[in-house]
Amino acid sequence: MLYREAGQFKTSYRADQRIFPILQDRVGVGALLLVAFVAVPLWGNAYLLSALLIPWLILSLATLGLNLLTGYAGQFSLGTAGFMAVGAFAAYGFQLRAPAIPLVVAFVLSGVCAAAVGMVFGLPSLRIKGMYLAVATLASQFFIEWLLTRVGWFTNNSSSGVINAQPMVIAGLAINTPPRRYLLVLCIVATLALAAKNMVRSRAGRAWMAVRDMDVAAEVIGIPMLRTKLSAFAVSSFYCGVAGALWVFAYVGSVEPQAFDLTRSFQVLTMVIIGGLGSVLGSFLGAGFIVLLPLFLPVVLHAVFGNALRPGLLPNIEQFTFGALIIFFLIVEPLGLARLWQVTKEKLRLWPFPH
Amino acid sequence: MYSLVALGFVLIFKASGVFNFAQGAMVLFAALTFVSLEEHGLPRWGALLATLAIMLGLALVIERVVLRPLVNQPAISLLMATIGLTFCLEGLAQGVWGSVVKGLDLGIPDVPFDVKGILISQFDLFAAAIAGFLVTVLALFFQYTRVGRALRAVADDHQAALSLGIPLQTVWAVVWAAAGAVALVAGLLWGSRLGVQFALSVITLKALPVLILGGFTSIAGAIVGGLLVGASEKLAEVYLGPVLGGGIENWFPYVLALLFLLVRPEGLFGEKHIDRV
Repeated sequence: MLYREAGQFKTSYRADQRIFPILQDRVGVGALLLVAFVAVPLWGNAYLLSALLIPWLILSLATLGLNLLTGYAGQFSLGTAGFMAVGAFAAYGFQLRAPAIPLVVAFVLSGVCAAAVGMVFGLPSLRIKGMYLAVATLASQFFIEWLLTRVGWFTNNSSSGVINAQPMVIAGLAINTPPRRYLLVLCIVATLALAAKNMVRSRAGRAWMAVRDMDVAAEVIGIPMLRTKLSAFAVSSFYCGVAGALWVFAYVGSVEPQAFDLTRSFQVLTMVIIGGLGSVLGSFLGAGFIVLLPLFLPVVLHAVFGNALRPGLLPNIEQFTFGALIIFFLIVEPLGLARLWQVTKEKLRLWPFPH
Repeated sequence: MYSLVALGFVLIFKASGVFNFAQGAMVLFAALTFVSLEEHGLPRWGALLATLAIMLGLALVIERVVLRPLVNQPAISLLMATIGLTFCLEGLAQGVWGSVVKGLDLGIPDVPFDVKGILISQFDLFAAAIAGFLVTVLALFFQYTRVGRALRAVADDHQAALSLGIPLQTVWAVVWAAAGAVALVAGLLWGSRLGVQFALSVITLKALPVLILGGFTSIAGAIVGGLLVGASEKLAEVYLGPVLGGGIENWFPYVLALLFLLVRPEGLFGEKHIDRV
């Protein structure tokens, strides 16, 4: 009834190539952006903004990065957190040593740094794939963590290895309240998400998907393997790097290299799987699910078991639930939450009349 | 010592083509279960048997719940499923038995003795002997028994093996049970070295570079790779460590494996893989 595409004719190539070809989608996305940009900062309280929405958006960005690499280009990576760390420490370094660089430019540069590192560690992907590549990216994860801890230059010789993000100022405006930080994060994430959405429909994205589906075949039809795989690593690491920079500057404020350990990589990977491999929307859904889970799980457990549970048991149950969810999604819905949304849309087209 | 863990990986990879990320968690799970059972007053052999039984049960459950629905899925989803399994097992083990570091004394003396100026730990010798024994048994098992042949057939091609009437479920259950048993042995040996704790499952990640060096499909490779990794990381720590600032033990094996991959992607003893469209 509401979600009908009948009668919407595409009369030009421009109309045919729009991101959201269906009117209702355009209205929906517009409304969502309006709510996110106007309503939420106006009426959202500090807790909602800084404890839920900001981490959700930042993790969505990292998930998006990994999703571009794993979901679209088919290259398995366990080094996400390492690239996030590169971005975080690069942004800190730029702000510290070159304060003249505007904040947003510093974020972009930190993303570029992460992209460069990502390309170096992506080099083995030209010769190896699957689990071999997973091990190669694992090397990047451990190496980066070690390097940032050991070399004092990165942390400005902080004795504990913790860096404190400088106050954020953009064009004289201090970004210090939760709504402002939220808006900054939202702007960056929305821009990058739009870029990603366009990228995957472009030549680059199609080349990635061809490589994912079968790289030998892709090479045979003339897709340059070197450029395609490395560009996937570069773009993915760029996203992760910016996410890492935002994580430090807009969310936690101070961070040590150990905050970006293997667990974080696994967490982002979980988000990708649960959200849906090869889906921009899925990245956001997956990240949202995992951010919300630790909040709801205690409530649910409390409702079921009352006070019978040992308090120390909770993190273990959480971990168990994470694992079980990964397996569950792989078995029941390998395409993740994004697929569920698609199914919903299909159903909506006919609703409320089934014929 | 690394070889023992790597052995578990190789076993499952050889038999099912699945790279079992959860092997480390299985090591932790087995060791924790054993220690806790012993603490609850079971005699040593009782605890050993009970843990073995639990690992067998675990293998059956994994086969039924995780693997069977995922038959014929791409290898990458199976890999991710084992990552999920890792979380499950870690959560389960620590949830049930607590996450306190537990000591484990197998009663094997750890007195180093001198052989022509080189100190050799008795315990390490014992571990090596056990590893050697396990390898021999497994190699014979793979090569000469009916089940072993079925295992290799399944690894080669799920569908073809199924159509020849090889019971895939049974084979997988056997493999995971064997991997569980290997995990138990590895867990006991590592556990008595370092104490039974969460770090066990991280340490076992080091089996990955071992596998890359040795080749994913070769049991002998797992042994050689384990020796290489164990020796090279200690040597690197001693000789390169002072220059680079120490602590390089943690990442050296991975970088070594990475470099190795660029030269010889199939590992020392692995089979060469040919891609077809």
